[in-house]
Order: sequence, then structure tokens, then C-alpha cells
Amino acid sequence: MSDTTDLFSKFDPLIKMRSDLLATGVTDPFGLVMERVISPTVAMCNGRETILLGTYNYMGMTFDPDVIAAGKQALDDFGSGTTGSRVLNGTYAGHKAVEEALCDFYDMKHAMVFSTGYQANLGIISTIAGKGDYIVLDIDSHASIWDGCKMGDAEVVPFKHNDIEAMEKRLKRIPEGAGKLVVLEGVYSMLGDIAPLKEMIAVAKKYGAMVLVDEAHSMGFIGPNGRGVAEEQGCLDDVDFVIGTFSKSVGTVGGFCVSNHPKFEIMRLVCRPYVFTASLPPSVVATATTSIRKLMTAAEKRAHLWDSSRTLHKGLTDAGFQLGTTEPQSAIISVIMPDLERGAMMWEALLREGLYVNLARPPATPANMTLLRCSLCAEHSAEQVQQIIGMFTRAGQAVSII
Amino acid sequence: MDRAETSARIAALIEPFNKKGIEVADATRFTDDLEFDSLTVMDFVAAIEDEFDIIISMNQQAEIENFGQLVDAVVKLKG
Repeated sequence: MSDTTDLFSKFDPLIKMRSDLLATGVTDPFGLVMERVISPTVAMCNGRETILLGTYNYMGMTFDPDVIAAGKQALDDFGSGTTGSRVLNGTYAGHKAVEEALCDFYDMKHAMVFSTGYQANLGIISTIAGKGDYIVLDIDSHASIWDGCKMGDAEVVPFKHNDIEAMEKRLKRIPEGAGKLVVLEGVYSMLGDIAPLKEMIAVAKKYGAMVLVDEAHSMGFIGPNGRGVAEEQGCLDDVDFVIGTFSKSVGTVGGFCVSNHPKFEIMRLVCRPYVFTASLPPSVVATATTSIRKLMTAAEKRAHLWDSSRTLHKGLTDAGFQLGTTEPQSAIISVIMPDLERGAMMWEALLREGLYVNLARPPATPANMTLLRCSLCAEHSAEQVQQIIGMFTRAGQAVSII
Repeated sequence: MDRAETSARIAALIEPFNKKGIEVADATRFTDDLEFDSLTVMDFVAAIEDEFDIIISMNQQAEIENFGQLVDAVVKLKG
């Protein structure tokens, strides 16, 4: 008989880091429960009314009356779930309708809806880049992109964040004849910075690479029609695959890929994270369809959200906080904390003030930073934004960060 | 290019990343001995790639734990 090796011992450093943090007396930043959600911008947390500034609910569609009505109707008409794969019994009229809405939204020929945004990246990346192909990607890519790379058989070659020259050097060295996929994001969610997509995609095309852009954090908000950073920079036509999600601006859950590739439909048969899972519930695709169609004409909301982003960025900068970007580039304003302990203290002080933000820590963050990530919503009023600046200022002084 | 020359060139590239001044030999491990974190690995790999004009994909990096293995990999990649 040999001793059992505890498979959990590899987590000991993380368990210790967590217990050390909690031993300081701070509230667990990863254990928050929202007891009641009042609107896209307000919820009850620990019995207290709290402004939500960390939800990715950029366009505030979660309580839109038309969206809610569509969901209720679909529940009545189609039931609570499909209990099946998209390629078997899990494609209802609603799934086709949401894919049509996406084609209209992006003005593209093909749309494929996944059960989550995570699965969209996982499925598309691992399927289109195979053995002998090369994936060239930004080092700050989202976990779903990395996991898509890991699941596939392609050679994975990262380059320094947003570094066009570093990307070009790697593309140049790829053996002739190999398939190449460049993976970029429109908005990088940790610091809220955008990519120079126009320049990067031009370089990618010069070396014959196909381009996939994850626009999860820009859909609905950035670009004249809310199609994302590539639209804003005038290079959407050169993007081969756009990946997006329903769990941010659209206000529900699900993921998608849109493309003009003539053979795109074959993905439905070969992409395992699409095939081997149940499709989204009818109510979810109904709410998504209604929301996407409303986002097509949400120019006023987009303008208001930009105003809020600029106001919050300036207010926090003036208060003395160090932010992830020198100019507001998206609806994410990231506040850099000196370390995890003070980040957690600041997070808790904000919660006591009645403000919820995301605490982000290594390894999810670039350069081992601890961040308080704020994501604005189009439904935040100008008054709420001023309140938020006041809360940050008081909390920052209380924990001696400013 | 012979192994000794490659080894010397890589050793020179390690210098700026070798914060503790550890003596580097074939058995020196990047994570355990030189304490490279993921960011250091990225910068170091980029330096090697630029020096030798090669690609060391993450798939290949996963097989490389120590200095000697890296030298062998670079020699092989250079053909």
C-alpha cells in the first residue's frame, strides 16, 4: 500500500494566499451575494442598496421591458429549455432568429451561437487552427482564447501586448505554407485599453494570416453601429471572424462567432464545444434577439455612456488615482492598486460606501497588478457617476491610497 | 552553428534576467533556479527569438525546463 498523493496539494499556495488575506479581516471579495437586483445599476448587497459598477452590463439591457417581455413569451411558447444539442433537437425558431439578428447587426453572412462566450472562443480557435498551423496572439488575451489554443493542436506563439512590431516579427518567422491565425481583442478587459486593430490587421494580412477579433467588451457601445473597435477603426471588413458574447451589452448569456467566410457553416458539424453541449434556453435567445435589435439603434445610449466614461475617468484622475489608461478608451475604467491587500481593503471600503466594483488580481491581470475594475453602464445617471467619484475619493482617503 | 557558441550567446541573453546572479549551467532550471515568472519567460523567449531569428512556440517551450534543453532546441531550430 502506498500513501495517497493529495491532488489538491498543488492549490496550497493559493489556499494560503486566500486565508492570509481573509485573516486581515476583510470581507471576501470573491464571495459577494446580490440579494436583490433592482435595476441594471443598483442591487441589494449585505442588506444595503449598492451602485453596481462592475457588471459589464454596458448597455443596461437586463431590465429593458421589451427584452423581458420577449423572454416571458418564449418561456410560455417554447418551455424552459431545449435539452439538446444545436445539431440534434436543440435548434428552435428562436436560435435561428438570434443568428439572423447577429447577421443584421454585424452586416455579415454567417452567425453561429454558442451556449457561452467562453465556448465561442474555445470552439472556433481550437477548430480552425489545427496541427501544423500557427496561432499568433496577444499575451494579454482572455482565458477563453488561451484555453482555445490549449485545446487545439496548433503551434501557439504569443507576442507582447499591443506590440505591432513584436507581432510582425513572429509572423515573418512562421514557415512558408503554414496556416496562420492572428487572435486579437478589441477592448482588453483588465485595463480597458483598446488595440490598434487597423495597423495590426494590415500587418496580419500582409503575411497572409486570417484574423479573429474578440469584441466582447465593445459590442453595442464602440463603433458607429456598435459593432466594435474594428468598426470604429474602419477595418471590420478585414476581420475574418468576430467573437462576441451575450453576457455583456446584450444582457443575458451566450456567445457567438460572425463571419463572411464562404465555408463557415461547416463549423456547425466540426466544432465540438458547439456540438457536444445543450443549446441556450428559448427565453435566453428571445431576450438576446430583442436586445441585439434594439442595440442597432442605440446611438443615444452610446453617446451617454461615452460621456459617463469620460467623466469618471477625469474624476478619478483628478482625485489622484492611477488608472489603467491615460485617456478613457472604453466603458472600463481600471484603477491600479498598490498591492492585493490594500486593493482588498479599498474594495471593502467601497462596498461599505455602497459601491460594487470588480477586484482583479494575478494571474488574471497583466504585470501582476491588483486592479479595481469599474465597468460603466449606459443606465448610470450623471448623478450616479458623481456619487461614484465621491465614494472613491472617501474610500481612497480612508485606506490611504490617495 | 555549434553548440558551444549557441550556449555562450544564450548565456549572455540570460544575464539581464538573472537577477540573483545564479551561475548558469546545462542543468540550471528556468522556473526553479532562475525563478522566471511568466512575464520574464515572455521577454526572455522574445530575446532568444530575435537573436537567432527563430520561433519557439509555447508548445515547444513546454518541453524546455533547463538551460541545456534550450540550447539543444535552438541548435535544432537553427538546423
